[in-house]
Amino acid sequence: MPAPDAFLDVRDLRIHFPTDDGLVKSVDGLNFKLQRGKTLGIVGESGSGKSVTSLGILGLHNKRNARVSGEILLDGTDIVSADPEAVRKMRGRRMAMIFQDPLSAMHPYYTVGHQIVEAYRVHNNVSKAVAKKHAIDLLGRVGIPQPDRRVDDYPHQFSGGMRQRAMIAMALSCDPELLIADEPTTALDVTVQAQILDLMRDLQQEFNSALIIITHDLGVVAELADDVLVMYGGKCIEYGSAVTIFEEPEHPYTWGLLGSMPRLDRGVTNRLMPIKGTPPSLINVPSGCAFHPRCAYEPQTGGRGTTEVPELVESGRGHLVRCHLPVAERKRIWQEQVRPKLEAGS
Amino acid sequence: MKRRMVTGVAVGVAAALALAACGGGGTDSNTDSSGGGTTTAAFDAANGKVFNPSDKKGGTMKFAISSDWDSVDPGDTYYGLSWNLARLYTRSLTMFKVGAGSTSSELTGDLAEGLGVPSDGGKTWTYKLRQGLKFEDGTPITSKDVEYGVSRSLEKSALVNGPTYFNDFLDLKGYKGPYSSKGQDNPAIDTPDDLTIVFHLNKPFGGFDYFAQIPATAPVPVAKDTGVKYKEHVVSSGPYKFESYEAGKGFKLVRNDQWDQSTDPNRKALPDGYDVTIGANADDIDNQIIDGSLDVDIAGTGVQPAALSRVLGQPDLKARADNPLSARLNYTSINPNVGPLKNIECRKAVEYAADRTTYQTAYGGPEAGGEIATGLLPPQIPGFQKLDVWSMGADNKGDLDKAKAALQACGQPNGFETNIAYRAERPKEKATAEALQQSLARVGIKLTLKPFPTGDYFSLYAGKPSYRDQNNLGLMLNSWGADWNDGFGFLSQIVDGRVIRDTGGSSNLSVNVPEINTMVDQAIAETDTAKRDALWGAIDKRVMEEAVILPGVWAKQVTVRSTRTTNVFVNDAYGMYDFLAMGIQ
Amino acid sequence: MVAYIIRRLFGAVLTLVVVSMITFGIFYLVPRWAGGTAESLASRYVGRTANAQQVADAAHGLGLDKPFFVQYWDWLQAIFVGRDFTGVGPAPVHCPAPCLGYSFIGRNPVLPDILDRLPVTASLAFGAAIIWLIFGVSTGVLSALKRGSIFDRAAMGVALGGVSLPIFWTGLVSLVIFSYGLHWTKPGGAYTPIEVNPGEWAYSLLLPWITLALLFSAAYARLTRAGMLETMGEDYIRTARAKGLRERTVVTKHGLRAALTPIATIFGLDVGLLLGGAVLTESTFSLPGIGKYAIDAINTNDMPKVMGFVIFSAGFVVIANLIVDVVYAVIDPRVRLA
Ligand SMILES: Nc1ncnc2c1ncn2[C@@H]1O[C@H](COP(=O)(O)OP(=O)(O)OP(=O)(O)O)[C@@H](O)[C@H]1O
Ligand code: SF4
Ligand SMILES: [Mg+2]
Repeated sequence: MPAPDAFLDVRDLRIHFPTDDGLVKSVDGLNFKLQRGKTLGIVGESGSGKSVTSLGILGLHNKRNARVSGEILLDGTDIVSADPEAVRKMRGRRMAMIFQDPLSAMHPYYTVGHQIVEAYRVHNNVSKAVAKKHAIDLLGRVGIPQPDRRVDDYPHQFSGGMRQRAMIAMALSCDPELLIADEPTTALDVTVQAQILDLMRDLQQEFNSALIIITHDLGVVAELADDVLVMYGGKCIEYGSAVTIFEEPEHPYTWGLLGSMPRLDRGVTNRLMPIKGTPPSLINVPSGCAFHPRCAYEPQTGGRGTTEVPELVESGRGHLVRCHLPVAERKRIWQEQVRPKLEAGS
Repeated sequence: MKRRMVTGVAVGVAAALALAACGGGGTDSNTDSSGGGTTTAAFDAANGKVFNPSDKKGGTMKFAISSDWDSVDPGDTYYGLSWNLARLYTRSLTMFKVGAGSTSSELTGDLAEGLGVPSDGGKTWTYKLRQGLKFEDGTPITSKDVEYGVSRSLEKSALVNGPTYFNDFLDLKGYKGPYSSKGQDNPAIDTPDDLTIVFHLNKPFGGFDYFAQIPATAPVPVAKDTGVKYKEHVVSSGPYKFESYEAGKGFKLVRNDQWDQSTDPNRKALPDGYDVTIGANADDIDNQIIDGSLDVDIAGTGVQPAALSRVLGQPDLKARADNPLSARLNYTSINPNVGPLKNIECRKAVEYAADRTTYQTAYGGPEAGGEIATGLLPPQIPGFQKLDVWSMGADNKGDLDKAKAALQACGQPNGFETNIAYRAERPKEKATAEALQQSLARVGIKLTLKPFPTGDYFSLYAGKPSYRDQNNLGLMLNSWGADWNDGFGFLSQIVDGRVIRDTGGSSNLSVNVPEINTMVDQAIAETDTAKRDALWGAIDKRVMEEAVILPGVWAKQVTVRSTRTTNVFVNDAYGMYDFLAMGIQ
Repeated sequence: MVAYIIRRLFGAVLTLVVVSMITFGIFYLVPRWAGGTAESLASRYVGRTANAQQVADAAHGLGLDKPFFVQYWDWLQAIFVGRDFTGVGPAPVHCPAPCLGYSFIGRNPVLPDILDRLPVTASLAFGAAIIWLIFGVSTGVLSALKRGSIFDRAAMGVALGGVSLPIFWTGLVSLVIFSYGLHWTKPGGAYTPIEVNPGEWAYSLLLPWITLALLFSAAYARLTRAGMLETMGEDYIRTARAKGLRERTVVTKHGLRAALTPIATIFGLDVGLLLGGAVLTESTFSLPGIGKYAIDAINTNDMPKVMGFVIFSAGFVVIANLIVDVVYAVIDPRVRLA
């Protein structure tokens, strides 16, 4: 369990969107903590609320269409209740974000250098020339060759990997203490993915920043994360250290995720156990355990899964699981049924 | 044909129809007025009498018109409004008397001391100029300048717009004009001295004084003639001269200090100047006159449908509106060369069966449309007589019994089928065609509507004999305005069969009777005014008897003027306000 | 870039040639198919009193009796070398290059007349353009940012009305209200050239500007709103916010900049189109511009004028297109280097 005086402390975060069809509960009661220099991986299927969470941490939700409640304490300041102007000043400086698709996330009409300079100058009162020099430095640091020339290029003149590097350079321009990477490698091919992940790990160590890496790819988490938070339908359903999650996962959904994960160490990339069914509706959330319509073990809970919402309870040191199955039963199923099947797949 | 501006009128039958509903009946005639004055504002107060008589000078008159007319060059113009206006900056040999009611049907001397003196049985006409006449630059006006003005107007390939009366009637002996026959003297015009001018005609013509009032007899200094460009710098012989001229946009007239009131008994020259705007929006012109920013719409064709109901509905506006009759007949030509219409009985059936009230409604009703016509000559033209050749039935709705009898006599007891041609861009003609379609259907005469493009109506379709006969155009809508108010001016171009050309282009679509042609020749040669007028009246009746023309309405319009105008009256010669007499309060 | 411009230029010239051929065909060929003869076409220019010989001379002098393509070629050539016309007056008339035609009714070359009227049309077009650009775009931006608010609904309601009301109606109504009722603005037709008196110039054009701008503002407000809603949802806007930029910077520098690109295109074309004659506005407000010239030309059947007008206006549209293409390349770096 992280220390109480965590750098980032998210408490009972709820982010709901009122829409014409009903209230979309994209994030519904999320808690986690993160220390400087540590990496949290948030995993979950598409639509589970990962991006909404990260935007929430940056204070980017619009008051007019989002209802945000709970607390997001960044070094003691509550992002949720703070003055928007104060949050803006923190954004980009104390916390920064790397987006999934760098082509669409960078403005097509401005040069890469200009966009980095802009990010730097909004928080640092320096001349354009100084800022540009800084931008060239950063581009060099993230591994862009001939940064002094490429600084004047437009995003579309960069390759995909270089764009993501530039995006990272932009996020790092003000030495943020918290860096959120929302699916930083999804749009890249495998070799480039590995390079980018290496880069992020190196930079994190260099800057000693807290890093949240969001993905539905457990492989990425395995590479980087210290702790892992598994989200399902806007809720955390399992939380623990990376070792715990990969070695002793206890939630049937996590098992499913692991089964669908292409693991380099297993040498195969085929998805062995894709999770059947579709992600839950966030408006008409299934009764009981949100995962029950897709869960193979639901019958073993004696009907509780369909009626009663399971609580997130500690099953081991720093290991939280949201499931009605008795702990022993969960451990047994993992050891006897799921794990052998996963390993057999290799 | 004096081309009046019709584009503006040809809009919005709907409003016109709405108006018809509130219009009354009754025959209007403004020919019998004594020409007295009145200061009481009332509808039609300036028609037949002078409204707000005044001698007060000063102010700038503001005129506007929605589209340009042919030219301000006196030798190159054929629009009524232009002839009305030209009297401000030019003087011709004779002019219509300036006065209300029937006054203007008389001619008087302008440059000339009096009317022309005929000799040689009407083949020679002599005019004596007044003393002391000057151009705007102070040079004296001589008979040579008048000769030159007339001579240059003969150059129809350059000055294309004016009438061809001088080309047709002067004994030119091959002379073409000062541009084409360079260095030659015009053999048809003699100037024995600076104040005398003599015209030699190729045939007797009793009405030459009417020719002498055409603006082409205005003097033009040879040295200042720039041919087609002369319109940009017309040299004034009248009380006003051009201060500026912008083609298609407008011009300003200011006082000509070389004009001498003592040489000019006809003009009062009240305003200090005139601003003429060309190309203003027609609806906007009405609004500006109502508002007082403008004084008069010089098109003289009446207010637009948009303003019409307002003008007639608001008593204060109606009190400064008038309802003049213009010398224009809207009618239908009946083609005696196609199908059953070759038989006069079938043509008579058309005359009898037509409902004249719906004809009138189609044109806009009694006020904005006109008076139901009983013959060709409008009431204000000397020689007019109220005819009753073909019965119009009770309430002018047609005499169906007589129509059926005529069909019987024609051998078509159940009626027949033919086409009716009209100009597609003219909603009033379309409405008329539809009205006739309905009223003739009552006796079994079935009409098929045939619209044609306005621009080529006379040159390619209805006006081309081969086309109209081959395509069975039995009825053809038509419209005619007088060049001036006498029988010749009104009738010669539409009843003389000899003007019909195989190549097309004539306005006469149906009248070609040798006897009538002979009557026209007689009338033309008659030098006695009273006798001549009577002859034209007889021609009118004779044409009606042929049943080749179905008269529709004598056009009237509702015109409005600003409140500050004085000395306002409708000049019957032009069928619009007299621009020369009007002053400012 | 140079190759790009040359390619566009070539296309522009080609467009003009095609437009001129079609127009020429409409005015000179179609009437022939409809039964017109060289003489009947010529008769428009010689007055109604002309006799058959004069008409025939004019038809010959104007080349109306030649085959269609020869006539077109003569017309086209005149643009470069000028042309002499005979048969319509005792002496041949000369139309100097660039000769867009010679009006036999007005008796002067067409081009100088059009150029003479260009300042009026240009004053109207640019003045209105500035107003509607400022007004329409800012309304659109505000509406987009306050989507669903009372302002948005009201603005879009007015915009819908503005787009659907015809200019001759709004024009006349505003004249009646502001000119005749309240006497705030000048009545129609009161145009003063800018070089004579700039104050009067602006005053006389105020109502036409506003009326014309209203129509376009409405369209631009709707366009801008739609464009802004789209761009403000783009990923790069989220990035800009994530950088901690002020909302104003996000909206203007990142949002508006991208949303304005398609608007700049349409703006260029609209102004080009208006420069070729704001026909309705000019006739409603009686402004002696190119559009009014065209109306008069059509009313008087003055074909050379109409022809000259069409080519001149088409020229403006084509040039506007060209400028828009180039400007687009400047605005959007992706186009520039493609
Ligand atoms: N502004 C909004 N209004 C309504 N619903 C929203 C809004 N933003 C997000 N959502 C909904 O919240 C849910 C969670 O979205 P989110 O983008 O966080 O998913 P994610 O876990 O990041 O998925 P992915 O892996 O596809 O990125 C989705 O169902 C989405 O439709
Ligand atoms: S609670 Fe029941 S349904 Fe939910 S995950 Fe556990 S076993 Fe499956
Ligand atoms: Mg996401």
